Parts: sequence; C-alpha cells; structure tokens
Amino acid sequence: MKIVVCVKYCPDATADRSFAADRTVDRVGVDGVLSELDEYAVEQALQVKESGDPETTEVVAVTVGPEVARAALLKSLQMGADAGVHVLDDAVHGSDAVATSLILAKAVEAQAADLVICGMASTDGSMSVVPAMLAERLGLPQVTFASELTVDGDTVRARRDGDVATEIVEAAGRVLISVTDQANEPRYPSFKGIMAAKKKPVESLTLADLGIDAALVGAGSAWTAVEAIEARPPRAAGTVVVDEDGSGAGALVEFLAAQKFI
Amino acid sequence: MGEILVVVDHVDGVVRKTTHELLTLARRLGEPSAVFFGDGADGLGEAAGTSLREYGAEKIYVVAGAEFADYLVVPKVDALGVLVQQVSPTAVLIPSSAEGKEIAGRLAVRTESGLITDAVDVQAGDDGPRTTQSVFAGGFTVQSKVVHGTPIITVKPNAVTPERADGAGAVETVDVAVPESSRTAAVVERRPRAATGRPELTEASIVVSGGRGTGGDFAPVEAFADALGAAVGASRAAVDSGWYPHSYQVGQTGKTVSPQLYVANGISGAIQHRAGMQTSKTIVAVNKDSEAPIFDLVDFGVVGDLHKVLPAATDQINARKG
Repeated sequence: MKIVVCVKYCPDATADRSFAADRTVDRVGVDGVLSELDEYAVEQALQVKESGDPETTEVVAVTVGPEVARAALLKSLQMGADAGVHVLDDAVHGSDAVATSLILAKAVEAQAADLVICGMASTDGSMSVVPAMLAERLGLPQVTFASELTVDGDTVRARRDGDVATEIVEAAGRVLISVTDQANEPRYPSFKGIMAAKKKPVESLTLADLGIDAALVGAGSAWTAVEAIEARPPRAAGTVVVDEDGSGAGALVEFLAAQKFI
Repeated sequence: MGEILVVVDHVDGVVRKTTHELLTLARRLGEPSAVFFGDGADGLGEAAGTSLREYGAEKIYVVAGAEFADYLVVPKVDALGVLVQQVSPTAVLIPSSAEGKEIAGRLAVRTESGLITDAVDVQAGDDGPRTTQSVFAGGFTVQSKVVHGTPIITVKPNAVTPERADGAGAVETVDVAVPESSRTAAVVERRPRAATGRPELTEASIVVSGGRGTGGDFAPVEAFADALGAAVGASRAAVDSGWYPHSYQVGQTGKTVSPQLYVANGISGAIQHRAGMQTSKTIVAVNKDSEAPIFDLVDFGVVGDLHKVLPAATDQINARKG
C-alpha cells in the first residue's frame, strides 16, 4: 500500500507574516514551518500504516514550493514518513490554488497512491480548497474534513462535522482524504526519527519532469489577481478596568448599554 | 445585466441568513438567480421560495433529487457545472462553509475559472467583481479580482447586512443527470445538531466565548450569552479540554466569526484564536490576567474573575430588561 501525504511549507503563524513586493506570501524572509494543519495529515498516514501492514506500506510526503519548503518534507520524514517528493521549479512561484492542484495532481499521479491524505487547510492561504480540487483532477472519491477516520480494508469511513449536522461519510477503493485537527494528536519527532530522516530519500522534480507546461502555472497564469494589499490599522487602544468589589460588572454593563447592545 | 448564481444554504427548507447576504451582494453585480438544492427528493417549499423572492431573487433554479444529499459535494458541482454552461453567469456566489468552499474549488477546476474564497466584501468593478479578503489572522486586507473564466467567489457570513428587495423569483427546474462516478463518497448517516435555542455561531450578531479561564464551567458564559441573545463560542483550549463541543470553536481551525460584538471570557488571545474573531466590530474581554494579549484588541476590558464578573453583569442586564 502506498499513501501520499500532501504537505505545505507555510510562514510560522506566530511570526510576523507578510507579503513580498510581488504581492505573494513572503516564504523566504519569514521563518517557515510544516503547516501545523498538515501535521495531522502526516500523523493520519502514519496511523493508517501502523494499524495496517507496516512492512508493505509506504508513506510518501509531497510538497510544492521553493528551496526552503524542503523543511516541510524533513519534518514529515522526522515524524515517520518514508520518503519525500519536492516539486521545485522557479516557474511555480505565484501559482494560485487551481495551478497548485494541477502540479500536486501530476506529482501524486506519478506515485500511483492508494490513499492521498491532506490537511484541512493551509495556515497561510487557509482556502481549504486544494483537497477537493485534487480529488476533482484525480477522479478520486473525496472524504474530506474528517474529524475521525477509520480505514478498514478497502473502506474509508469518516465523521464530518458541518455547520448544522454531523455526517458519516464512506467511500471505497482509492480515496482522497483530508483531516481536521480533531482527527488525531500529531506525534513529536523522536531523536531516532530525527536521525533516521537524514538518510531517507527526497526526490526533487521539475515541472518538466512531471510533464507540466510551465505556462499553465505561476503568477503570470493565475486566474485571480491581487490588486491591493493593506496592513490592517492597529485597533485603537480600548478602555481596560480592574474589577474591584464588583465594579467590573457595572462598568461592563454601562459600556454595553452605551454601545446599544442592551 | 448578467445573472449572478447564488447557491442557497438552507436547513430543511428554511433559508439561512447567509443566503440573504449573498442575494444582497449579488444585486450589486447583476440579476440574482438562486440555486436551490432540494433535500432528498423534495422541491422548493413555499417558505423557501418566499424567502428568496423577498431578498431579490429574480430566478430560482431548483435542483431536486436524493443524490444531492446522499453523496458528498460532487453531485452539486455537476449541477452547477451544467448551470454555468447554460446560463453563462457573470459570477457565482457560494457561502464560505466547508462544503461551500469544496463545491467552489471543484467548480473552478471544472469550468476553468478563477476562485476567490472567504470574501468579506464584494463590489462591482468595470471588468467584474472586486473582492475584499481579510488574511493572516485579520492582519491584512487584500483586494482581488478573477481574471479567467466565470468569477467563483465564496463569501463569509456577516459580509453585508441583508437588504430586502422584491424579486420575481421565477422557478425553473433543472434536470441534471448525476453520473455514477459522482456517487462515490456516500453520506451514510446524518445527525442534525441538537438545537440550543441560541443563534447560529457564524450568523450571530453577538458572540460570547469562553476559554481556559472558565475552568470547565460554561454556565456563567451561557447565562451571559442568553441575557444578550448571543451565540456561545469556545477557544481551542476549552474544546481540547473537552469542556465544549468542537462545533463551537472559534479560531483558525474552528469557525471564523465577525459579529457586531464579541465577548472573550477567560481567553488569552493566542494568534490562532485571533484568526477567528479579529474582524469583530466591537471586542470585549474579561480575564484575570492583565497581561493577556486579548487586551491589546479590546474596545473594553475587565481585569477580573469571569465567575464573579459575568453573573453580576448578567443579573444587571436582566434587571434592566425588566
């Protein structure tokens, strides 16, 4: 069995995230990490492997991104993935979600995976659309936003929590999955895992290697255009009172009444 | 003016407020055409039709069939793909729910169209809609447009105040053959969320949330919310501790809310939480720790114990209401 996990290198959410001069997310000038939400995807893949047949199951982490994005693969390998694939090509820069899904689809196809596992969203773009787009391109059933997942032989079963209802979703055969942060608890890489990762294979592929026309991806071919980016003005400092002998509740109610919330 | 397809969000035929917001935005761009997916084999109910017309739907495309509820996402994309081809709309507006974004993503690939998600505003432009998004935990606003295909835009709840307008609401039934290949991920069970009697979190105009500082006791948070007619939310810390269900989590991996008033109780205000509430109009916090980062965001804050402040405030509000 082969499981492909799609992972993304994102600017650290606790760092000072910003944009580059060309209005793309600054991935080089800001410290980056494996997107926190993709850790759940890696963990899920490892759990599927461990609960099935570990000897014959391979977990391959795939990423698309600049040189620094290799860090996302390395973290996946440290957690326990067996191999990495890095689509590394200058022409990728500025690709929108549609183009990213095209590149990922070709990279995943080349792996002939039985299961494809993604996170629920990236921590930078947070669109949540690439898994569905990937399923569309690969013609795979999508079992997405799984907050609980079981793989039983050929059948994938997931709990999907929607706005107004919880659904139980089932699909069989080759399936594309995305998991939420409720699905599992990602492991920390062990010392052994960190050492072992250094010896694991990482394949670097160009767009040409994947048979993708470079004119279809990148900023110039994006189907959306960013016209302006503005830093949100800092909120004006508010009033903060200290509660003494019940004064806080009175002040709070006065504020809410003055603002016409009561 | 061209048609603007609006994907209707409804629960058992009751049209949700987000749909009224989308219809309001659609009127800025062209003629709103609602796309109504019937639950099961049911068609458009009378209440739903009235509700859509009251907010300006000129046409209502009704797509009915059990497969739209029985299989995840793809059958709806099949239907919208057909409609986009037949109608050549100026834009497609879809609610920014998990399902809505997935429908939008697949539709964009299928119709070779640009996609913008999580718009907080949509305006008409010379060459198509202009969107505003709030990114990086509300740290930046981004203006964008679609430059290829049919603009497909998902819109966040509370992007606009719904405005009524009379629409003709002419009903057209759309027959879509959903192929076997779209019937792959089956919904084998659906459990509606138990009604709380409170407004839905993403739609509410007031949200009262609790975090680690509740110590697991949400009763004061809920009572305060009820006094204000608010929805209840929870931080990830509270959800991870098992104190409140995940469906009420506000933050990066939960719901994003943008109410008129957000009250954070016992929530420190980590970046992941701020990502879910930073665009709220007015922010209030109650927290024992005067150094908590949430106080950097507030319009009004109380440094104090929520277990004392909230019950007293609740009593005072209820007394005022008489």
